[in-house]
Amino acid sequence: MIPDPPLAVLAELTHRCPLQCPYCSNPLDLERAAGEMTTDEWRDAIRQASELGCMQIHFSGGEPTVRPDLEMLVAEAAAAGLYTNLITSGVLCDRARLERLASAGLEHVQLSFQGATSDVGDRIGGHTGGHEKKRLFARHVRGAGLPLTANFVVHRQNLHQLDAMIEMAVGIGAERAEIANVQYYGWALQNRAALMPSRAQLDAMIEKVSAARERLKGVMAIDFVTPDYYAKRPKACMGGWGRRFLNISPSGKVLPCHAAESITTLTFDTVRERPLADIWLHSPAFQAFRGTDWMPQPCRSCDRKDIDWGGCRCQAFAITGDAAQTDPACALSNDHDRLVSIASEEAQSGGDGFITRNFRSAKLAPTL
Amino acid sequence: MTGHLLLTSVPRLAQHRHLKRDEQRGLWTVQAPERYFVLDDTAHAILSRCDGQASLAVIIESLCASFPDAPRDTIAADVTHLLQGLADKGVIAA
Repeated sequence: MIPDPPLAVLAELTHRCPLQCPYCSNPLDLERAAGEMTTDEWRDAIRQASELGCMQIHFSGGEPTVRPDLEMLVAEAAAAGLYTNLITSGVLCDRARLERLASAGLEHVQLSFQGATSDVGDRIGGHTGGHEKKRLFARHVRGAGLPLTANFVVHRQNLHQLDAMIEMAVGIGAERAEIANVQYYGWALQNRAALMPSRAQLDAMIEKVSAARERLKGVMAIDFVTPDYYAKRPKACMGGWGRRFLNISPSGKVLPCHAAESITTLTFDTVRERPLADIWLHSPAFQAFRGTDWMPQPCRSCDRKDIDWGGCRCQAFAITGDAAQTDPACALSNDHDRLVSIASEEAQSGGDGFITRNFRSAKLAPTL
Repeated sequence: MTGHLLLTSVPRLAQHRHLKRDEQRGLWTVQAPERYFVLDDTAHAILSRCDGQASLAVIIESLCASFPDAPRDTIAADVTHLLQGLADKGVIAA
């Protein structure tokens, strides 16, 4: 089977970041600056992604603005015909730099917040003064005429601010708010007991989001991502493994999703050593869970197999130790009841302390 | 975002939304923030006429001239429905 070309590429330019969010989607084994690809290597990777068929590029990290060459990479992407998106914490980028990025061809900014107020946001992000810097950065984004998405990762320690987050997003001129519950891989899995909401808290969130959507029709769109431990059916993770999306890590590793390195039984090729198209089409890691042929029962005979693509491989690996198992988020999985009881117990009895995401913890954290 | 479209409205792609050919898949698309809309032939015929000059009435006239076999009322209803839907999603401004 020849796969369709990918639609979008996530360029994780660096793992360096001034924030230390306890649910960071980067791998536990953070890449140091010395391992990052050079400007020319990134430019080449960007051109290859466009030639392969990608239409959009998301510049992410870590914090992508720590790279002084970000303007050049945005310009390269724009010249290659890619629609460009910056996913940022907003704490390092002043107005002049944002204007340079806009001139280079930046089309959209997704700005993360860790709460609705400084006390909550700065504690979760582990960066004093961060929340106010973000609000200032949002003004620069709107001042430059760029569309803004406000991203809020929500969990037990900030979900009491949900309404205030939505109100703030409207106030800063976001056209879209993304309210995303933590997904539990890597750092988030380490900190799961401190983050997991209860089912009652989830139900309350869903109610608030529905009410806000109704209230804000025509003003701001709201995307909501549920914590899948409480789901009945799994999410269509990445729209299917190796189907629409690829991720390039700071050192050039090409991944089917940003968490894929948590599956320690797979090895990933790099664009430094192998052409991107060849990796997309032929590499064993991309082929491993592409399509539906790899599926075990009950997925194989499920009428939703072309809808959810078997859910999330990283979650199957994290919970069962076998990436080819049915995603335990699915109620048909043998491991589903265990997943739900983990969630309920941790939501009840988990403490509030975090393992903070930084290079020091990256050395100390046990490998799961 | 845009409210109710009128015949005198001048619909155009909102800022940072682009009509773009997807050569790999042979499709017309609109690229938007973290979104990708695939256009069928009808949607492309309509959006390619949203040049920031033509009013909704002029766009309908132009489509009637290009597709003389289709009833005018049907064209007018389809165009208005499609553009209003895209305006509600923030893809079209007017």
